[in-house]
Order: sequence, then C-alpha cells, then structure tokens
Amino acid sequence: MDPVTEYYPRRAPNLAARVFRGEAIIMNPADSTLFNLNETATAIWLAADGKSTLRDIVERDILPAFDVHLEDALRDAGEFARSLAEHSILTLQAEPEAG
Amino acid sequence: MNVVIGGTGIEVSTTDAAFEQVLRTQYAGFIQPESSASIQLTVDLTPPALTDPDADIRVRNEGNRWIMDRGDFHASYDALTRTGIVRQNASRHGLDSVIRIIHSLQLAERSGFLLHAASVIRADRAFVFTGPSGAGKTTISRLAPAGAHLLTDEISYVRKVGGSWKAFGTPFAGELARAGENRNASVEALFLLKHGTENRIRKLNAAVAARSLLRNILFFADDSVLARRLFDTVCEFVESVGVFELSFLPDARVWEWIQ
Repeated sequence: MDPVTEYYPRRAPNLAARVFRGEAIIMNPADSTLFNLNETATAIWLAADGKSTLRDIVERDILPAFDVHLEDALRDAGEFARSLAEHSILTLQAEPEAG
Repeated sequence: MNVVIGGTGIEVSTTDAAFEQVLRTQYAGFIQPESSASIQLTVDLTPPALTDPDADIRVRNEGNRWIMDRGDFHASYDALTRTGIVRQNASRHGLDSVIRIIHSLQLAERSGFLLHAASVIRADRAFVFTGPSGAGKTTISRLAPAGAHLLTDEISYVRKVGGSWKAFGTPFAGELARAGENRNASVEALFLLKHGTENRIRKLNAAVAARSLLRNILFFADDSVLARRLFDTVCEFVESVGVFELSFLPDARVWEWIQ
C-alpha cells in the first residue's frame, strides 16, 4: 500500500485556478507555471481540503464517479499527489487540518 | 507625439529631431495629436551604462515604479503619475519594447492582453492567429484575402470593451515589416497555428485553450497579482471566444476555412 494515501492532501494557497467542464487549469502566480488536470485529478484536487486522507477522497469522490478499481485509483492518486506536491500545488500533511 | 494603441495614448517626447522623425515613421498610423494622452514618456538618447548588451528584458516593481532593463535601454515608469523616462541609444527598438511593456502592464489591469499573434479583420470581425516564432503568423497574414485588414502580423492587442472582446491594430510588426492598421473589431475566433500537410481545424477545449494562450502572452513583470489577473482574463476570454487549432498549408485556400 502506498503510504501517501494515508496523508491529508491540501490545495496550496494563493494559486489561480479555473475548472472548465470538470478539467482544471492551475497557475502558480509566483512563477507562472501552468498545470492542466484531467477530470479525476481535478476531482481529487478540489477535494483536497486537508481534512480527508487521500484514501478517503478516492473512496468518497472518485470511485462513485469514475469507472475505476480501488487499487488502481489509489495508486494513480498517490502518484498524482506526489507530482503536485513536488510542484507546490498540493501539500501532503501527516495530520488533518484543524477546524 | 501621442501614440495611441488600443485607445491608450502615450505621449512620447524627445529633444532629438532625427529620432523623432524615426518615431513618426514607425508609428505613423497611430499618432493622434487630437487625442489626449494618459501616459507621458520622455526619451533620453543617452545610452545607459549596462554591463551586458545582449541581456534579456527584466521588469521589476519598486512601489509604484516599474523598472525595465535590457541590453540597450533602461526605463522607469511611475504607474501613479503615469510618467516615465527611457534612456537608450538612437534605435527605435528600445522605446518600442518599453511601449509594449507599459501596454502589457495596463492591459493586465484592464481585462486585456498582448499576444504573440497576427490579427486580421475580415467582414467586420477579427480573427487572431497565435503561435511561437515560425508557426505561420506572417504567412497567414500575407495570405489574407483582398478586403481584409491586417491589424498586426506579430503582436496582437486584445481587450474587453463593454461585453465584447476586441482586437486592436498595433504598430508592432513582424517579418512583414509593416505596421498594422489602426482599426478594431470584435474577436470572432482565435486560432493556434500549426504547419500541416493539409488544412484542418479542431476546436480546443477551454482548459487546453487557456494554457495555449497563456504560453503566448507577452507579460514581462515579476508580479503575482498581475499574473493572477491575467490568468482570470484569459480564462474569461476562452469561455466566450472559440479557440481552434489550425493546421494549414501555406496557400490562400486556408482562408476558405476561416469564416
């Protein structure tokens, strides 16, 4: 099991983002880097409020909406979350956000 | 002289008569003495002591002042008083760059942008063709049918006016080496140019369109607030104007596809 799925992903603050028909485009205004997310990635990114684990998000938001198996979805979500964290688009926290 | 682009006038002053004549030729269709200028620029033909003549443009913000440097000029522009000074050699390129930068800053605050793009008015509607160098901006401009009006083959000026996105002519010329016409029209469509083995048009989804546009926008300032505004403007644009990928052969038949 990918341990990152037990982390609490949170969207980084101060990003510019827009969702068009389920697909997000995100810009980091600090350096103008751009990211396009597909529908699944967008759903995860939108749900990343720091209060749910990545596994929770996959089980709650991805499985009912997309035709994917749990293990595949968790693996893809883990890779996606790591990638966005590397670009400072997402933070992965060991503990949930307070409040 | 008052150089008006997209409705914004920049009063350019120089004490050098020969240089003023160069500018009058460069901006001929855009000099409007009867209009009021909202920005004052003074050109001082004292080349700045810059260490690297080939340096890229740098634009930075110090309070209300924007500082612009390149290998051949140094300029400062006070956004509060709307006045600036350009120190450069007698080439028109330095001032041309400063004017572009000031317009890009103004537009970022006013729902608009400068884009690496050709634009053409046909039947009272503007068509914008964007892409990097070599994508075909000059080629598609050259192939425009009789009766079409070239707004620019290099740098397009797009701004929201009322509820409509308009493209304005600019004096910023590319390989055609001639200024655009000083006209404007509502933007009907924007095309992302690609050389192809046939003429083909494909509509882009808004997210891809926004990314493509943002990559081709002229924006020099290291300013996250303006960058965010520009992002919002582009997203709004692609939601209301169709954006297409256009692969084309370099002959006039491509214009049969652009309606």
